[in-house]
Amino acid sequence: MSVLSTVATLTASRTGRAEPLTTVRHQHLDEKPFVLVPLTLAGEACAPLAALAGTDPEHPTLLTVRQPRNRAERFRFAERLAALLLAYIDGCRTETEPYTVGRGKEKEERLRCRRAPQLLVPNGEGISYVRLLGRLTRLRATEGPYAVDQSVPTLGKWLTWFADLAEFPDSGVLLAMTRLLAANWATGQSSSEDSHLASLLAWIDPPEGSDGARAAREAEDPAVWPPAGPSTDPVFDRTLHELMTRYDEASDGRGREAVGRQIDRELSGQMLPTWRLMWRGVELLRELPEGAHVPGRWALDRRWFSEYAEYLEADGRPQARRDQAVRAARRLARLEDAVTRYEAQRAYDDPLVMAEYELTGEAFTGTVTARDGDRFIPGERPGSQVWRPTITLRTGTDVRVDLAVGTEVKSPARPGQEARILEVRREDDGGHAVVLQLKGGFARKRTPPAPPGTLAEAGEELTYTTLNPTAMPSALPDEENTPWTHGGPPQSYEPTDEDAEETWE
Amino acid sequence: MPSQQSEPPDNRLARLRGPKPPQPYTARKITALTANPACARRAVLDAAGVDKALLAQQVGYEPRFGQSPFALAREQAFHGHVKWGSYAELIRLLREQLSVPVAEAHVTDLNEVGGNTALHLRERETRRLIAHVASGQDVRLILDRPLLTLEVAGQTAYLEPDALTHRIGGKFHVVLIRSFAAIDGQANPTAVAETAKQAAVYVLALHRAFETAGLPAEQISHEFLLVCPKDFSNRPYGRLIDLRQELDALQFQLSRLRRAEDLAAQLPETATLDTARSADEISSSIEALDASYTPSCLSFCEMARYCRDEADECASPARLGSGVRNDLPGIDSTRTALDYLDGVAAPGEAEAEAADLLRAAARLRRLRRGAA
Repeated sequence: MSVLSTVATLTASRTGRAEPLTTVRHQHLDEKPFVLVPLTLAGEACAPLAALAGTDPEHPTLLTVRQPRNRAERFRFAERLAALLLAYIDGCRTETEPYTVGRGKEKEERLRCRRAPQLLVPNGEGISYVRLLGRLTRLRATEGPYAVDQSVPTLGKWLTWFADLAEFPDSGVLLAMTRLLAANWATGQSSSEDSHLASLLAWIDPPEGSDGARAAREAEDPAVWPPAGPSTDPVFDRTLHELMTRYDEASDGRGREAVGRQIDRELSGQMLPTWRLMWRGVELLRELPEGAHVPGRWALDRRWFSEYAEYLEADGRPQARRDQAVRAARRLARLEDAVTRYEAQRAYDDPLVMAEYELTGEAFTGTVTARDGDRFIPGERPGSQVWRPTITLRTGTDVRVDLAVGTEVKSPARPGQEARILEVRREDDGGHAVVLQLKGGFARKRTPPAPPGTLAEAGEELTYTTLNPTAMPSALPDEENTPWTHGGPPQSYEPTDEDAEETWE
Repeated sequence: MPSQQSEPPDNRLARLRGPKPPQPYTARKITALTANPACARRAVLDAAGVDKALLAQQVGYEPRFGQSPFALAREQAFHGHVKWGSYAELIRLLREQLSVPVAEAHVTDLNEVGGNTALHLRERETRRLIAHVASGQDVRLILDRPLLTLEVAGQTAYLEPDALTHRIGGKFHVVLIRSFAAIDGQANPTAVAETAKQAAVYVLALHRAFETAGLPAEQISHEFLLVCPKDFSNRPYGRLIDLRQELDALQFQLSRLRRAEDLAAQLPETATLDTARSADEISSSIEALDASYTPSCLSFCEMARYCRDEADECASPARLGSGVRNDLPGIDSTRTALDYLDGVAAPGEAEAEAADLLRAAARLRRLRRGAA
């Protein structure tokens, strides 16, 4: 939490309305996201109970399990969800486009899908649910005892893929609505209260004639706004328990079907409010313009998607129960890189995010007061001269400049241009004059004059920061060259019969 | 130093509670109390044994806690499964985890002593059995629902771990049975952490029992056995979990808790927490006890929503979470902070730095929002 968001929170607590934290949306929001509102049976490890799912706000598909203790019924649920989700995934694969990876000799042309699936769930627990349901289904056997339909393990592999990517902040394939909304708005309540979808949306989009603070309190009543799941409301569970008992004890098929329909109705009633909130959230997020780096990140998602789809066709082994060490280390390194890059990209795309770094002294903004476009300095080779223009930035009197001489900085206005701080002078009025030496970003020119627009003009307001959105990822040794101190590299994962043989009691 | 009271402290707390029988302390309550040691309100309510759910309801705040019949049934089924056949499954896990040489074990049921379920009797019998087996004379391996005591905020808490095994490799182990699943060897970390804190309460109580009996405390393991269902099945899975950190933290927090009767002594003579009395009477007594509300209270305290409204009313920064509170050092109200932002009030010397930073942030927010 930054001081800027504290100010936003304070302001929201006074006005009773959420305050924006961003000026753009930093996540891709697909034209056709797949919304999933799941419920599970209390007390069990991932016993699917019901879901509303689909891509059409007006027509969700209702999936229910009328007796979740029945193993076969659980997998029928998975089968029905697979029918919906796998069709959606296949629909994303119809069109491809070429792209290049690597540079120079290693340059390679590949194909990636023009679309990738995007799965939206109400909250962070929804992401955990996707992970667990993936684990429950991906290791199932399709023959032998307790065989499940072919689509069930495939669903499991895809759900696991979604959940694995959800940990990466720069990926948009599986997102929780509460997190999306809380990233863009500050409410006048605590972050733990913000994890409640109905009350979070009440702050952002209060009903007419009410304010966010009041509406959020009202939204906490589970009788009016059932929990967004996957956990159910214990009071509702009493009703459900009674119905399920009647379902089990029904004397004939007709009676059972009647109770079954009632169960469906009750479950649907628990999920419909959340379903509507999900789409309201989508509408609100769509109103925000997209950040400049968002399409690039989505292109990367599309690449991961294409590669995983190809892998499933070629190999198809499910993800292991636990990552083996090499894979885990690589994943962690990738995760750290992704966090750093994402944070920098966000700041470059969004002045309100950059302001957080200005406040901490990792960025500063000033007006160009002077420039030296014909400056040369001695190069590395003896006797050589290289073109290194300078600009001088004058900051306001209340701006913090904590960066030392010699620091490498960049500006979102010209991200391809390297800059180095040559001098920081404190002026009489308390402001700073910062002299920056520039390199590159002159449209490949090596001598003056600088092509128009490539060298900042006097009077231009610029922000410089130590953040670098194009920082190179950290390099790890190849798998075969990874040093092992504990008896050599672990074997890669091979599915065993035991994986599928889980006792069900 | 609080003044000596004219009557036994227990009486004061009992009078506050009224005629209803006291609610016992549980390990869960103790961990909740130590999670928020600054909360005098909770300390007194728990020490007096007040039914907090009923109390909250009486003052207009229906608590949103409750257990689903499904969760309850599952929990019972799993407990039953672990205990079935004289703890056959538990003995299997002990063999796996602790290499216990025996194939079977005796179980002593301490849910009652000769048909009597009185707490003090069960406690005395537990103590006697512990002393007996600690001396190495008995083959008995598992105590089912032993009863231990611990001093909490000046009150005696009676505690019942699920099971206590004796002398495996010379050590006593506490066993807790939980119905959250361990999937691929990993259970929900929040649930495990909460269980570990509760286990630490039991282990500490066991230390007290050993101390009182003059037994060597080295016989108590600093690990406890957590038993939970394996993957998506009902099959028990067990792992030993180290408790040293939790034990240190708990000991420290318990030592910081103020004696509940000292806190209660500050209430007026007429104060009452009797749930049968009028809402006004109870409310004014509750208000006289200082609460220390934080948003995390909502997840474990029945009175949390009452305290939250109170915190809203006095604009306490803590109600917005620790992030906001940390950004407002020395500023005890969000209204004051907003006044500094608006420039309608001037911060004092101690608040100046925080106020300056807030103003700089507000200025940047205005500028950069406009820039977009």
